[in-house]
Amino acid sequence: MKPPSFAYHDPKSVEDAVALLGSLENAKLLAGGQSLMPMLNMRFVLPDHVIDLNNIPGLAGVELHDQALVIGAMTRQRELEFSDLVATHCPILAEALLQVGHRQTRNRGTIGGSLCHLDPAAELPTLCLALEAQVEVVGPSGPRGLMFADFPLGYMTPAIGADELVTRIALPLWPKGHGYAFEEFARRHGDFAIASAAVVLTLDAQGAIDRVAVAIGGVCATPMRMEAIEAALMGREPSPELFRAATAACKELDALGDVHAPASYRQHLAGVMVRRALVRACERASAGSKS
Amino acid sequence: MSEPMREIEVTVNGKLHRASVPVRMTLSDCLRHEFGLTGTHVGCEHGVCGACTVLFDGHSARSCLMLAVQANGHEIETIEGLESAKGELSHLQAALRDHHGLQCGFCTPGMLTTLTELLRDNPSPTDSDVRIAISGNLCRCTGYEGIVAAALDAAQRIKDAGSRA
Ligand code: FES
Ligand code: FES
Repeated sequence: MKPPSFAYHDPKSVEDAVALLGSLENAKLLAGGQSLMPMLNMRFVLPDHVIDLNNIPGLAGVELHDQALVIGAMTRQRELEFSDLVATHCPILAEALLQVGHRQTRNRGTIGGSLCHLDPAAELPTLCLALEAQVEVVGPSGPRGLMFADFPLGYMTPAIGADELVTRIALPLWPKGHGYAFEEFARRHGDFAIASAAVVLTLDAQGAIDRVAVAIGGVCATPMRMEAIEAALMGREPSPELFRAATAACKELDALGDVHAPASYRQHLAGVMVRRALVRACERASAGSKS
Repeated sequence: MSEPMREIEVTVNGKLHRASVPVRMTLSDCLRHEFGLTGTHVGCEHGVCGACTVLFDGHSARSCLMLAVQANGHEIETIEGLESAKGELSHLQAALRDHHGLQCGFCTPGMLTTLTELLRDNPSPTDSDVRIAISGNLCRCTGYEGIVAAALDAAQRIKDAGSRA
């Protein structure tokens, strides 16, 4: 057998899961398993305990709650991909999901699992950063909320305690007709991104950018919100020259280099992805404001 | 340390199977070694090749990325369940044979389960839909063209026959 030996627990409530986390040493949470299971099979992780969250009712589902899409942490990526609520209110999520793994992995993989695994090249953390998502975390003293901006502490390290788990993610909605685009470059379809960009924006009546969020994934140790780019775009009319000047900030990124691409290539690619996303987002925003 | 075990009950291809399995056993190993269903192939055992794909409660999943204990109380379809009760190949299986969609056959169980789900979800897939659907299934023999042709032809055969994938 490939996985190392461990004890298996399948709590039936969040409280039981938190209690187990508090009492067991060296425990790992099993959500959709699309990252943890390969790591177990390759024995990159050697937990003494695996706590399976799949039998806890109430942790999955998508709901609309005053101006936010509230998503249970155990919601499968498949459910989000086919959700009418997502398509209507947060179409960039549906667009980004098509880049997440493959049909077979999205059928099992969860949003909470992807955020907590926090692979720097994963699509969902990058998107949650651009959308200013809020994360609900439950621990022994009950639930607490934190902004996704404060969630990544460093490379693959979420800001959650050893006795806490993520239960819900809230994505604040952008106004109807907003522009959006998720762009990604990977060597093969479904691979992790070498660089990705999420852009959400609105245009004013004159066609100038009056609100914009830009995040980049795959380039640095964590997803990056690009405030310098946003500031350079605000109040300006979209043009290729503006986009080129604004994305010059990507050259300053503290980029990763690896076997797939050196750091300088990732810096370059980040700018290309943001520019492509800006072009498509602006097209959608102007189509949206006319409709 | 003694191996922690659990009793599980899993419906595979409509038949109930019971076993006592080590909790760390993957579903792919359980299907093959405990239930004797060796049609599901195991290539990489870390979620890359897609050979181990089964339908878990109707949706494709990599059985090497699930624990057997997680299948307790659930329904699984494997390649052994695709043919009819009379032993006739499904439209998809027949089309795969006709289009030379397999050579060594190692990837075939994963291709067939993945494409069975595609044709149920989307009865009129385009060429690109099929290519995206099998993007998580590696084939080292065919070059994929025969597999894509087979899926498109199977969609047509299902429509002509008025039956399901
Ligand atoms: S054996 Fe499961 S994906 Fe390769
Ligand atoms: S037929 Fe040999 S791997 Fe696909």
